[in-house]
Amino acid sequence: MKRVMALLLVAVMAIACFAACGGKKSDGKIHVGVINNDPSESGYRTANVNDLKAMFGDGNTNNYAGQFFYSLKNDEQIEAAKKMITDGVDYLLLSAADTSGWDGVLKDAKKAGVRVILFDRTIDASADLYESSVVSDMAKEGEMAVAWLASQNLAEYNIIHIQGAMGSAAQKGRTGALDKKVADNANWNMVVQQTATWDANEATKIVASAINAGKSFNVIYAENDGMAQGAVKALDDAGISHGVGKDVIILGFDCNEWALKELKAGNWNYDGQCNPFQAQYLHDIIQKLEKGETVEKQIIMDEKGFDATTITDEDVKKYGI
Amino acid sequence: MSGVVPVAHARKYFFRDGMNMEKEVLKARNIYKSFPGVKALQGVDFTLREGEIHALMGENGAGKSTLIKVLTGVYTKDEGNICLDDKEVSIHSPEAAQKVGISTVYQEISLCPNLTVAENLYIGRDGKIWKNWRSMNKAAKQLLESLDIPAEPTEQLANCSIAIQQMVAIARSVDMKCKVLILDEPTSSLDENEVQKLFGLMLDLKKRGVGIIFVTHFLDQVYAVCDRITVLRDGKLVGEYLISELPRVQLVSKMLGKDMDDLSDIKSIAKKYDGEDSGKEIFSAHELQSNADIKPFDMSVKKGEINGFTGLLGSGRSECVRAVFGADKVIGGYLDKNGKRIKVKKPIDAMKSGIAYLPEDRKNDGIIGELSVRDNIILALQVLKGPFRPFSKAEAQKFAEEYINLLDIKTASADTPIKSLSGGNQQKVILARWLLTHPEYLILDEPTRGIDVGTKVEIQKLVLQLASEGVSVTFISSEIDEMVRTCSRLIVMRDRQKVGELSGDDVSQQKIMSTIAGD
Amino acid sequence: MKIFKKLIGSQIMLPLIALLVLVLFNLIWDPSFFAISLGANNAGDPILKGNLVTIFDYGSELAILAIGMTLVTAASGGQDISVGATIAIAGSVILRIIRGNEVNVDTMKAPLIVAFIAAVVATMLVGAFNGALVSFFKVPPMVATLIMFTAGRSIAGWINNYDNIYIGDPRFKIFGGVVPGFPVPTAIIIALVCMIVIALVLKFTTLGLYAQSVGINEKSAKLNGINPIFVKFLTFVLLGVCCAVCGLIQTSRLGTINYSNISLNIEMDAILAVALGGNALGGGKFNMASSVLGAYIIQFLTVTLYKLDVPSTAISAYKAVVVIILVVISSPVVTKKIKEMKSRRNAKEAARKAGVE
Repeated sequence: MKRVMALLLVAVMAIACFAACGGKKSDGKIHVGVINNDPSESGYRTANVNDLKAMFGDGNTNNYAGQFFYSLKNDEQIEAAKKMITDGVDYLLLSAADTSGWDGVLKDAKKAGVRVILFDRTIDASADLYESSVVSDMAKEGEMAVAWLASQNLAEYNIIHIQGAMGSAAQKGRTGALDKKVADNANWNMVVQQTATWDANEATKIVASAINAGKSFNVIYAENDGMAQGAVKALDDAGISHGVGKDVIILGFDCNEWALKELKAGNWNYDGQCNPFQAQYLHDIIQKLEKGETVEKQIIMDEKGFDATTITDEDVKKYGI
Repeated sequence: MSGVVPVAHARKYFFRDGMNMEKEVLKARNIYKSFPGVKALQGVDFTLREGEIHALMGENGAGKSTLIKVLTGVYTKDEGNICLDDKEVSIHSPEAAQKVGISTVYQEISLCPNLTVAENLYIGRDGKIWKNWRSMNKAAKQLLESLDIPAEPTEQLANCSIAIQQMVAIARSVDMKCKVLILDEPTSSLDENEVQKLFGLMLDLKKRGVGIIFVTHFLDQVYAVCDRITVLRDGKLVGEYLISELPRVQLVSKMLGKDMDDLSDIKSIAKKYDGEDSGKEIFSAHELQSNADIKPFDMSVKKGEINGFTGLLGSGRSECVRAVFGADKVIGGYLDKNGKRIKVKKPIDAMKSGIAYLPEDRKNDGIIGELSVRDNIILALQVLKGPFRPFSKAEAQKFAEEYINLLDIKTASADTPIKSLSGGNQQKVILARWLLTHPEYLILDEPTRGIDVGTKVEIQKLVLQLASEGVSVTFISSEIDEMVRTCSRLIVMRDRQKVGELSGDDVSQQKIMSTIAGD
Repeated sequence: MKIFKKLIGSQIMLPLIALLVLVLFNLIWDPSFFAISLGANNAGDPILKGNLVTIFDYGSELAILAIGMTLVTAASGGQDISVGATIAIAGSVILRIIRGNEVNVDTMKAPLIVAFIAAVVATMLVGAFNGALVSFFKVPPMVATLIMFTAGRSIAGWINNYDNIYIGDPRFKIFGGVVPGFPVPTAIIIALVCMIVIALVLKFTTLGLYAQSVGINEKSAKLNGINPIFVKFLTFVLLGVCCAVCGLIQTSRLGTINYSNISLNIEMDAILAVALGGNALGGGKFNMASSVLGAYIIQFLTVTLYKLDVPSTAISAYKAVVVIILVVISSPVVTKKIKEMKSRRNAKEAARKAGVE
C-alpha cells in the first residue's frame, strides 16, 4: 500500500513538473522573456527597447506573450532571469549588463527547457548554453567609418579623436580601426586623442582646449553622436566651419534622428549606424527554432554608414533613432 | 555642605608605614606654553609625591587644563622639562603619557558606552587577555572587587551610573600600573553618595602609592581628601601648600589674587526690587507636564523675585524648567503670563513671551562650539528678531563687545570660537546671549556648575542685580548654599514630583535637607 | 597689507593657493594659456574665446551646485549624492514642456519661462523629498539621497518616455551659448547671478547663521528658538533650485538630453568643491566663496590636463593625485601642524621683542 502511494506521489510530481517546465502554455502563445539594459542608458537603448516591445510586447501580431525586465545591474538581471525560468517562458532573450556570472542561470534554463538567445551583447559562457546571438560588429563599424574617411582623399588627415568610456566594446571597436589607419599612414595624424566618456560637455571642453592651444585639425572622429555634437558646439563657438565642403569633417555614430538631420543639412559628414533594431532578427531565429530548423550561433547584423551627400529623408525617418 | 568626609578620616591615611611621602614621583619644572594671543603657562612648577592627593586649583583660564594637557601629552610644551621618578621624559601624545605611567580620567568619560565594563577595562591594551572573554571577565571581576567597585564585568557600560563609569575608567588606569592619576573634575556630575564612593576609591589608591592630581571646583571636596594644594593664577604658579596650612578663605583669595567679599554677605547687600508691580505674579504654571517623565506641577514667579528648584540630581528639577520653556514636549497643563494664558509649545514661543533659559548641559545644549563668541552672543536675539532682519557685522560686534566688557569675558577677541574659551567664560557668553534679549523671566539651570569660584560669585551677584532691576529669575544649583544665598523662595523636588515650597526663613540648608529627605 | 594678513590663516587661503599653483604652472608652461580674444561664432555673434573662458563657462554648473551643496553640508552634516540625477530630471522636464508633442523641434512649443518654472518646481519637490527624509525622519543624508541617486535618471527618462529629443531653436540655445551681441557666455552670467543672489540671501537673511548653528549643535540651536528640521529641509530645497538652473544650462548647451550621461558624477565634483573650499564635510561652519572657488579649481585642473594632452587613460589618475594633495593639505592634522608652527614662530618673535625691550 505504501509503495503504491509513493509511486502515485512520484507520478503526480512528474506530471506537475512537466506541466510547469515544458511545452507551450495553454493559451497557445509563444512565451518570451526579455532581459535588457535600462532604456535610460542611451538613445540607442531606448530605440532597442522600443523595437523589442513592438515585436514581443502587448498588441503584437506574431502570437508572442512577452514579459520584460530592464536593469543596468547584472545581479538584478540574473534574479529576473531565474524568475522568468520559473514562470516557464519558452524563450529567454538576453542583453546582459556584464559578460560574466551567467553560467549557472543558463544551465538552469537548459534544464528547464528554456531556449536562450543573446542579443546586442555576448557573454562569457559555453556556447552550448544558448541557441544563437545577434550582435553588432563594433570593429566593422569603425572600419566602415575609417574607410569612408579614407575615400575622401584628403592630402592630410589631422584628427581629433574623442573616445567613449574606455574599455567599452563600442569604444574598443571604433578606436581600433582608426588607430590602425593612423599608424599605417604617414599623412594621417592624431592631433588629440582623449576620452569624454560619452559626455557631450566633456567633448566640447576637449575640442575647445585644442582650439585654444592653436592646434590645427580637419577631422573630428567622435565615437557617438552626443560627443560629436559637443565637439561641433566648440567649433561653432570658435567660428570654425564644419560639414560638407567646409573646414572640418565631422564623424559620429549611433544614427540619432537629430544627428541624421544634421547630416542631411550638411553640418556633419558621416554617421555610422549601431543597429538597435534587433527584434526582426530575433523573430526570425525563434520562427526557425519553432519549425525545428537549425540557426547560426552568431548572427552579425547588417549595419550602415550614412554619407551627408547621399542620405535621403527616408533614411532619416527609417534609420533615425 | 553635608556628607563630606571628615577631615580626620582622610588624615588617617596621611602617614603610613613603609611609604615615603616625600618621594617625588612627578616633577614638572619651568613649563611654558602659548597659544596665539594667550600665554597659557609661564614658568610653572609642579611636584607630585608618591601616595598623595594633590589638588590643582585656580580660576578659569589660570592654566589648570593646559598644565594637565601638557602632562598628558595632549599639548606639547614650548619649554621646560618633566621628570618621572627623577628621569626626564618626553611626552608627545596621550599614548606616550600612558606608557610612562600618567593616566587621566576626564570629566567627560572617554570610554565606549556600548561595550561591557570588562571590555572597557581591557580594550586597546597589550596582552592576550582580550582574546578570551571568560578569562577577561574573571580578571575584571577580581580587579573591580579589589578596588571595591560595585560593577558587574558583563554589564554594558552605558547602563552604569556616571560614578561607576568614572570608577571603571580609574580602575583601567590603575590596572595599567599608573604612577600618576589625574582626575579632571570627576565629581561635577556625581551626587553626594557617589562622591563618597569615589573618595573611598581615591583613598584606597593613595594607600597603594598612586599619586593623584585632583582638579575640582568644590572647595569642600578639596579639604575632604587632599594632602596638598597647588594654586595657579593667570598661567603662573602662586604656590604649593600643605592643606593644613591653607585655610579656605586664604585659598580663595590666592586663587582670585585679592580678598574676596564674604560670600554670605551677597544676599544682604542686594537691593530688593521696589517697582510698583513688585510682588505681582508674572508667570505661573498650572498642572504643567512634559514628556520627560515628571508629575504635573504648579509654579509661579513674581516680578523681581528669585525662586529656585531644588532637589537631588534626577529629582526632576531641570525637567520642570524645561517644560516651562517648551524645551521638552508639553503634554499637559498651561502657562499664564500676567494672568492670561499663553501658548508655549516650542522654545521660540517662550522666548517671544520674554522667557530665557540657560540650560544645564552647557556643552550639548548651550554653546555652538565652532561659532564665534560674537555669533553665540547674538544668536537668541537674532532668532527673536526674525530670519529676514539679520544684524550687520558692526551691530553684532557692538553687542558682543558690550557684553564681553560687562561680564568680563576672557577671550582673545569676539571672533574666537567659543569652544576654545574656558568653561566659566563659555557660561558667561551663554548668559550674555540671554541677557541681550532683555528677558522678563530668566531661568538659570546650574549656571555655576564646573566653573571657578570667582565666576560663581560674579554670576550670583549678577542674578541678584538683575532681580533688583525687576527681572524674575528661577535659579537651580546643586550647591545648596548657593540656593540659600540667592533664592527667596524654593520649590523642592523629589522623585520627579514637587514635594514642597519653602519661603522666608524656611529657606535654610537645614530645612531644605529635611524637605528633600521627606522628614 | 592688512587684507593680505587677514587672508593668511583664513579658510579661503587653501583654494587660493591651489589656484595660484595652477596659474603659475600654466604661466610657466605656456603663457598663451591665459590669452582671451574676441571672435565670432558660426552664427556670426561675437563671443570671447580662450581657456579662461572655457573654464568659467563650463565651470558654471559646478559653481552653482557648490552653492547648494555647501548649505546642505553645513546644516545636515552630510551630502546630497542625487544632484546629478536631479539635474537629469530638471533637464527632462524642461525639454518635455518646450518640445510639445514632437521629438525633434525647431521652434519651442511653449514659453521657456514656463518650462523653467516647472523644472524648478520639480527639483524643489525632489529636494523636499530628500530634505524630509533627512530632517524629519533623521535618515543620514547619503542614505536618503541614495534613493533619488538610483531612481532619478529613470524618472527623467520616464518623463519623456525615453525619447531622443532634439531642440534646434536658437532661442533655447542662448543659455548654453551667448546672447546675440553680448560676447560673454550666458552660463557665466547665470553663475554670477546665482552667486550674487546667494550673497544677498546670506547678507539679508539669517540663513547662514541658522544653517551653521544647526550643523554644529542641533540641540543648542533648538533651545535658541531655531527650528532645525525646517532649516535642514530648506537647504535641500535650495539645492534643488540650484539643480534646476544647472538642468537649464546643460540641456541648452546641446538641445538634447542623454538621461544616463547628463551631469554624470557631478555630485562627486560638487562635494569635492566643498571640500577643496576647506569646509568641513561633517557640517557646521562654511565659507561660500571658498566652495565656489573650489568648483572653478576643479574645472581649471581639467582644462589644464586637456591642454597638456594627458592620455585619456591616465587623466583620472592625475586628477586623483592633485585632489589627494589638496585634501591632505587641508586635513585637520596638517592645518594643526601649520598653526602650531606659526604660533611657535610668533611666540619666539614676541620673546625676542620682549628681550629687546
